[in-house]
Amino acid sequence: MVYKNWWKILSFLLLVYTITAGLLLDVPKLPILNETIRNLYFHVCMWFGMMILFIISFVYSVKYLKDFNYRHDVYATNFAAVGCLFGILGYLTGVLWVNVTWLTDQRQSLGSVLKEPKLIGAAIALLIYGAYFVLRGSFTDIDKRARVSAVYNIFAFAMLFPSIWIIPRIVGSLHPGAPGSDSGNPALDRKDLDGAMRMVFYPAIIGWTLLGVWIATLKIRIDLIKNKNIINE
Amino acid sequence: MNDQVLALLKKDILLEFRQKHTFYGIILYIASTIFLIYLSLPESPDAQVWNSLFWVIQLFVCVNAVAKSFLQENKGRMLYFYSISSPVQFILGKLIFNVFLMLFMSAISLVLFFVFLGNPTINTLQFLGIVLLGGTGISLVFTLMSAIAAKAQQNAALIAILGFPVILPQLMLLIKLSKAAFAEVFRDGAITQLVGLTALMDVLVVVLAIVLFPYLWKD
Repeated sequence: MVYKNWWKILSFLLLVYTITAGLLLDVPKLPILNETIRNLYFHVCMWFGMMILFIISFVYSVKYLKDFNYRHDVYATNFAAVGCLFGILGYLTGVLWVNVTWLTDQRQSLGSVLKEPKLIGAAIALLIYGAYFVLRGSFTDIDKRARVSAVYNIFAFAMLFPSIWIIPRIVGSLHPGAPGSDSGNPALDRKDLDGAMRMVFYPAIIGWTLLGVWIATLKIRIDLIKNKNIINE
Repeated sequence: MNDQVLALLKKDILLEFRQKHTFYGIILYIASTIFLIYLSLPESPDAQVWNSLFWVIQLFVCVNAVAKSFLQENKGRMLYFYSISSPVQFILGKLIFNVFLMLFMSAISLVLFFVFLGNPTINTLQFLGIVLLGGTGISLVFTLMSAIAAKAQQNAALIAILGFPVILPQLMLLIKLSKAAFAEVFRDGAITQLVGLTALMDVLVVVLAIVLFPYLWKD
C-alpha cells in the first residue's frame, strides 16, 4: 500500500511542510511586498500545477489519438478539469495578492491590473478549456466526442502555450520577469529568489502538483467505474 | 499530390462562383457592419479605436466567411471526397481557398473602412501588409475550427466559442503590430520580431491542421 501510494504521502508531507514553513520561516523584508511574499508558495504553485496538469491532459489526448483507448479520453478530460480548478485557485490567490500590493501600495488602476498579460494568458487558458468542455457536451456519440475533443485539446494546447510563455516576455507587465525590469525569468532565475525561500518554494510546487494529480486520479476512478460497461479491457 | 490540391481548390472556387449568394452575402455583411459603425459613431474615430474596431470586424467577417467551408459539405459529398482524395490534400485545398477568400474580404473591408471611417494610418502600405498577414492567420485557425464544429453538427456559434480563445493571442499581437502603421515608435527589431512570431504561428497552424485533420476526417 505504501509502496504504491508513496507519492500521496509525499504530497501530504510536502504540503504540511509548505504551510508550516511557509508561514513561519523568515522571509526577506521587501518594500510593498512585505509579508505577502509568502503568497509565492501558494499563488505561483497554482500556475505551475495548472500548466503541468494541462500538459498531462495534452499527452493523454495524443495517446488517445494513437490507440483510441477510451481510458485515455477519461484521463485527458479529468486532468483538464483539475487544471481549470487550479487556474481558478491561482486567480483567487492572485486577487488577494493584488489587493494588498498593486492596488493599495502601488496605486495601480484596476484597468491596468486587468490588462496584465499574464492575467489575459490565464483567462485565455480557462476560456479554451471551457470551450473544450462545451465541445464535449455537444456530442452524443462517445467515440466521436473523444476523438474530436482530443483534436481540439491538442490544437488549443499548441496554440495556447507559446502565447502564455512568449507574450508576457515581450510586452510590459507588472509581474516580475517582464522586459524593462532587471529581473529575469521569475521564480526560476537564481538571482531573483532568496535561497531560504527556494527551500520552501520548490517543495511547494511538487506538493501542490501531486495534490492535483491525486484529485484527478480520484475523479478518473469514479468515471471509469461509471463507464465500466463501455470499456472493454 | 499538387494536382489534387489544385483540383479541390478549383472545385471550391467554382462552387463559390456558382453559388454567388453566399459570396455576396459576406460582402453585404461587411458593408452593413461598417455602415452601422459609421452611423453609430458621432465623428470619425481616432486611430486606436479605428484599429481595434477594424480587427474585431475582421474576426467576425472571418467567422462568417470561413464557417460555411465545412458546414456546407453534406454527408454524401464528404463520403465522395473521402473516396477520391487524401485528408491532407483536402485540408490543404480548404486552407488555401479560405486564405484567398479571407484576403479578398480583408481588402474589401479595408477599403470600406477608409471610405466610411477615414484613413488614420501613416503608412498605409505597411498596414495593408499587416492586414493580409493577419487575415491569413485568422482564416487558417477558423478553417480548422470549422472542421471541428462541423463534426459536432453545430451551428456557427460553436465556431466562435472554440475559435475566439485560440485566436485571441494572435489578435493581440496583430493589434499591437498594426500600431506601427499608426506611427507608434517601436524599439529596433520589434516589428520584425512580431511579424516573425505571427508568421510562425501560421506555420504552426498549418502543420497542426495537416497532422490533426485525418482524425476528424474518418467517421
